[in-house]
Amino acid sequence: MAQMTFLEAIRETLRQELARDERVIIYGEDVGVRGGVFRVTEGLQADFGEARVIDSPLAEAAIVGTAIGAAVNGLRPIPEIQFADFIFPAINQIVQEAARMRYRSNNDFEVPIVIRAPFGGGVRGGLYHSQSVEAFFGHVPGLKVVIASTPYDAKGLLTQAIADPDPVLFLEHKGLYRSIKGEVPEERYLIPIGKADRKREGKDVSVIAYGLMANLALKAAETLAGEGISVEVIDLRSIRPFDKAAILESAKKTGKVLIVHEDNLTGGFGGEISAVISEEALFYLDAPIMRLTGPDVPAMGFSPPLEHAFMITADKIADAARNLAKF
Amino acid sequence: MAHTVVMPQLGESVTEGTIGQWLKKVGDSIEEYESLLEVLTDKVNAEVPSPVAGTLSRVLVEEGAVVGVGTPICEIAVEGEAESSAEAAPEPVETKTPEPQADVEANAQPAVPKESDEGRGRYSPAVRRLASENGIDPSGLSGTGSGGRVTRNDVLKAVDEGTRLSPVEAREPVSSAASVASVPQVAGASANIEDGDEVVQLSQVRKMIAERMVRSKMTVPHAWLMVEIDVSGLVSLRNRLKEEFKAREGVSLTYLPFMLKAVSAALRKMPMVNAQWNGDSIVMKKRINLGVAMATERGLVVPVVKDADRLSIIGLAQATQDLAKRARSGRLTMADLSQGTFTVDNTGAVGTVLTYPIINAPEAAIVTMESVVKRPVVVGDMIAVRSMMNCCISFDHRVVDGAEAAQFLGELKKTLEAYTTDSTL
Repeated sequence: MAQMTFLEAIRETLRQELARDERVIIYGEDVGVRGGVFRVTEGLQADFGEARVIDSPLAEAAIVGTAIGAAVNGLRPIPEIQFADFIFPAINQIVQEAARMRYRSNNDFEVPIVIRAPFGGGVRGGLYHSQSVEAFFGHVPGLKVVIASTPYDAKGLLTQAIADPDPVLFLEHKGLYRSIKGEVPEERYLIPIGKADRKREGKDVSVIAYGLMANLALKAAETLAGEGISVEVIDLRSIRPFDKAAILESAKKTGKVLIVHEDNLTGGFGGEISAVISEEALFYLDAPIMRLTGPDVPAMGFSPPLEHAFMITADKIADAARNLAKF
Repeated sequence: MAHTVVMPQLGESVTEGTIGQWLKKVGDSIEEYESLLEVLTDKVNAEVPSPVAGTLSRVLVEEGAVVGVGTPICEIAVEGEAESSAEAAPEPVETKTPEPQADVEANAQPAVPKESDEGRGRYSPAVRRLASENGIDPSGLSGTGSGGRVTRNDVLKAVDEGTRLSPVEAREPVSSAASVASVPQVAGASANIEDGDEVVQLSQVRKMIAERMVRSKMTVPHAWLMVEIDVSGLVSLRNRLKEEFKAREGVSLTYLPFMLKAVSAALRKMPMVNAQWNGDSIVMKKRINLGVAMATERGLVVPVVKDADRLSIIGLAQATQDLAKRARSGRLTMADLSQGTFTVDNTGAVGTVLTYPIINAPEAAIVTMESVVKRPVVVGDMIAVRSMMNCCISFDHRVVDGAEAAQFLGELKKTLEAYTTDSTL
């Protein structure tokens, strides 16, 4: 099995799907000749041609809007939004059109698109290249929001997203692209959307996270294991739908839950998870449900100290989980 | 570092109080001396000021809990100092909620109040569920959590070790600190609630008043007398002086200071009325401290005029006005409310002419001053129109007999009837 970075796993998945299904097309800003600003699509235009890997105008609403049209007419478009920060001009297309098409047309039309977008901070991206946008879209019925944390998961989830008959927002944390490697099978495989993965088993505290945060939580769990604190890490892998059963099972098991996301605290997806736990597992809780999140500030600063202050780190997770274990 | 606030000594003989209402919530900032919470004791509520400026970081005792003096009740994080609730945090206090005892037999041996110093009265939902499922009393476990909290694991460990208590033991009722051991109690008739009726939850003040009233009525044998007093002279004296008095002293001249003066004088002559029942003895109070019942928006309060027998009419007028003003604004201190030896109830203020007041136990008696009304009365062999006031006394018949009570009222009557238009203050 090949060792791949997170980025390579996505590229190879796209390559596999382009080769497998001629309805699959990729387009977005600089995805063709340049191979994407992060080089995710590098070489794909050379292999599959300009008709299937298309450089688009710099207009996000048009990118998603035309992808919806193409999807309704039988293609399987995988539009890319260069940075998730730039997705907002396309929100109308995503929320009002893509997410509702099936409902509005009473199943006559479907929109099988996968919108890929790099998101998240910690890479000196400053205000406009660091945002987490999952809470905006996690709110929208009709949409799926997938966030992978490992190369293996990235392939299985992206393949499933492309196979999905409905719109999927596939968010890729920039901090993962080249920082983690893992074994990725060559053959095609699917990981169902909406199933969490228990990345580490523990009994004292449950940490619920996704994407980069799941990786940091694993590091923190390793640190705490040395202190005799047993941390369970639940990687949600998708926040809409999210795996209620896995969350409740872990919450009931440990009685102490820490939810971690890089997105802002207020209105962040952690609040939803917390609500579900308190609604359905109250009598198993031995401590308040805690959240460790990015602060409620307008954006992640560009200066390293500001960026560090905003970002979640393994140490911050370890501190929060340690306090919860001691409670 | 968080500053721990303890239950203050609210009065000389006060050993515990009921947490009434937290006026600040966790997270609220508070100034030094700003009111932090209300504490209830006999018939009254007092506000406890914050000893420091900071942010209320932890409340250790819930509303309705009875706690002893010196018990930590909350923590205030002082600005500029690191918060450290994890270290050396005082343990929360177990709630001793007074429970009415319906079982007469249970009164044969007064139950010993549970020790509250173990703390840890607050349990997580998981702890409560596991404890109840396994028949374990979590208060019997030693907590390993932050601040000695009993954690879920502590309960699971206890289950493993099989430290089960018998179900009966586990459900042992917590004895009310305020329960009266020697008197059989039966449950009162419950209300008949029909469609459209509104059920209003009891405030802490209401609860306290109810408890005190029931206690007094059930433990003190009340007897009652009334006299009619001709206060025509006093009325004309007051009418003559009131404008000038108001201008000079800044407070209105009412009948209340005259009443207090007369009561003080009568108590001096009849010290048996200024006494308290003490089980196997009677305590003759040396000081004459007159409680004055006042109705406020927060409920009935009885601030006390200390050493009333040493004050002039002017001093009494000023003392009572001051207390009334502070009672209305909720600014009475515990000192204002304690150490009463006798109570005067100015029921005339609400227009009554006859009242049967409940004694403010452990005092031996309470006297009312009813409305001053003009009535035809026989003076000599003539019918005259006179200003009349009734005074009613309820007295503890264990301490005072009817003759003494009547004699006390007679003294009162003599003093009040002696005033004339020309009397000096």
